[in-house]
Amino acid sequence: MTRNKMPEAPAAERKNNFTEVALGYTEQQAIMEAARCIRCKKPKCIEGCPVGIDISKFIKEIAEKNFSGAIKTLKEKNNLPGVCGRVCPQETQCEIKCVLGKKGGLSVAIGCLERFAADWEISNAGGEDCPKTETDGKHPPDEKTVADGKKKVAVVGSGPAGLTCAADLAKAGVSVTIFEALHEPGGVLRYGIPSFRLPKNIIEREIQYVKSLGVEIICNAIIGKLRTLDDLFKMGYSSIFIGTGAGLPVFPGAPGVNLCRIYSANEFLTRINLMGGNDPGKYDTPINTGKNVAVIGGGNTAMDAARSALRLGCDVTILYRRTEKEMPARLAEIRHAKEEGIKFTFLTQPVEFTGDKNGYVTGVKCLKCTLGEKDSSGRQSPVPVRGSEFVLPADTVIIAMGLKPNPVIQRVTAGLETAGDGSIRVNPDTMETSIKKVFAGGDIVGGEGTVIEAMGMGKRAARSIVSYFFSASA
Amino acid sequence: MKKNNIISILPLAEKIKQIEVFSPEIARKIQPGQFVIIRVHKNGERIPLTVAKKTPATGILTIVFQEVGVTTTLLGRLKPGDALHDIAGPLGKAAEIMYYGNVVVVAGGVGAAEVLPVCGALKSKGNTVDVIVGARSASMLILLDDFKKAGDRLFIATDDGTAGDKGFVTDVLKKLVTAPGSGGISLVYSAGPVLMMKRVCEIAKEAGIRTVVSLNPIMIDGTGMCGSCRVTVSGKMKFACVDGPEFDGDDINWDELENRVKLFSGQEREAIKKLNDKK
Repeated sequence: MTRNKMPEAPAAERKNNFTEVALGYTEQQAIMEAARCIRCKKPKCIEGCPVGIDISKFIKEIAEKNFSGAIKTLKEKNNLPGVCGRVCPQETQCEIKCVLGKKGGLSVAIGCLERFAADWEISNAGGEDCPKTETDGKHPPDEKTVADGKKKVAVVGSGPAGLTCAADLAKAGVSVTIFEALHEPGGVLRYGIPSFRLPKNIIEREIQYVKSLGVEIICNAIIGKLRTLDDLFKMGYSSIFIGTGAGLPVFPGAPGVNLCRIYSANEFLTRINLMGGNDPGKYDTPINTGKNVAVIGGGNTAMDAARSALRLGCDVTILYRRTEKEMPARLAEIRHAKEEGIKFTFLTQPVEFTGDKNGYVTGVKCLKCTLGEKDSSGRQSPVPVRGSEFVLPADTVIIAMGLKPNPVIQRVTAGLETAGDGSIRVNPDTMETSIKKVFAGGDIVGGEGTVIEAMGMGKRAARSIVSYFFSASA
Repeated sequence: MKKNNIISILPLAEKIKQIEVFSPEIARKIQPGQFVIIRVHKNGERIPLTVAKKTPATGILTIVFQEVGVTTTLLGRLKPGDALHDIAGPLGKAAEIMYYGNVVVVAGGVGAAEVLPVCGALKSKGNTVDVIVGARSASMLILLDDFKKAGDRLFIATDDGTAGDKGFVTDVLKKLVTAPGSGGISLVYSAGPVLMMKRVCEIAKEAGIRTVVSLNPIMIDGTGMCGSCRVTVSGKMKFACVDGPEFDGDDINWDELENRVKLFSGQEREAIKKLNDKK
């Protein structure tokens, strides 16, 4: 039985709008796909899931048409199934472990099925029958000891790590407040991922779910500026989780990088995703692009920025220093970008940006590269070829070369140990930082990772915080 | 009183207004040199604004702004009892307030609102603070009474000579730093239009005086995330929101900044025209 492909909007149509590209399974397709699962006695797929979803169980439930059972199973471990079903790189996490794939066939489409169950809930159930508590075996939640108003936890940042940590704590009966710096919650889900990959109503829905567990979210609250961690402890929070993400964009050291219309991918995507810059009739935030856009980078963010620029009516070229094989972006994202008409120039390294007399960018001076020795990432590193210089004309450039940890809290918190890149050091088993009762997780700890990795860390931290309360319930 | 509520809104000069907004947490925490980011409505843009005064006891922030774009124009149309949709802060590093000796503070236009609390803080550290405030015309000068209290000598310059000296703040500064016995000036602090700050730095540098400037580039989040506010300082990239907004003026690439702050002015003009047509 072959794998059921998820239907997609045709490229010629979708490249003109920001509506979702992947359309989701029908019930019939979902049941057929779920039936492909051979129900291994010791399912390997679960090992690949950073939040430990009982994958074989929820797939069995879908196969048996028990969709409400499937979403319940998902939500026992995953608080954001609608998000994960869409943006997780299942092909390198759970699906890569699938026995079907290992036997030379195609793995079960676990991600598509997760998304199906989450979407089914939106259109069919109220979502009110979500599990209230999670028992991880070791620490059965005792609502009396933790929910009597004494145990409050502050979560800083409402991205995937913060939302997960908050939801798990709430499920264990802890009172949780999330402090978000921006005016809307969601973190990178909101400002980073375009709606054609992750529609706004899905984010909204997941956040509503977290709130329905009793989590309070306060926006416009910049911890490190409005309040310090000490202030939070003084306010009565017994513990703090920091999930402030990898917020600081990396720029190349190339001359001309501050010319007008050179954006970080963060700025470009935020102007669209968070601020509505693609809809000037309705939103006030402007975005200033020309006609020829060069996107620098090869990750998912580069694909997101390129495909967003395309949807603004621009001609888009992606510049990447290695070859397609080394691109860190998901295969599906690269395929989508190609289908939509985005050009790729591989083995190309920008060395300078040229500008006009008004300070606007006019082109990217590049060197061709060859692949040399393997570097620490295990990929062959690009080696610039002498004399291969050429200029790619571009009136807009988007830089998607990665992000560094957000520095705001680290700069004002004495005793909070950081690594060389500014990320927060934690005990990897407990996610506790160098400050007692302060935990951290997500990209602020691990650097640029995936949504699900951040969620896994949020989950681990929640477990440690709960166990803290039980062992030290003085 | 509800958070974000507007208590009063007053015109200070042509196109310059002052609002008092109830924001007790920020009012408790904000320091001279820091700023806030606001949104006027749910589909509005985020803009950084200067806090001229704070009253922690009543929880009131006094924000001064010039009606130049859509957001500031909409802000100017709000009435007491209305509320800001969002206000976030305090943002940026606090001003470096210490004893320098004799300080000259130079402000142009709405930049006066930024320097006012800095001026007061410098004074309370025992500095002698001379203030130069300028605008195009007498009708555009703001906060003069406040500066009389906050500083020592107050110098005024208007382009058309309708108040104080005819000319620019930089002309007054030049006179001050070149006057006999002016060798005692140890710091110039400035906020205002980019070209004015650039010129202030040049004049002070010629006289061997260090200048600290407070920049107001384009920003979105104000927490280091977007990189829109990046400036070149001593050849290195800095983000005004988290590394500034204060920098040593002599180290700034002013021409680049001048270009960058104009990036959206075309769109801004169109948007404001549309807004006015709608009205």
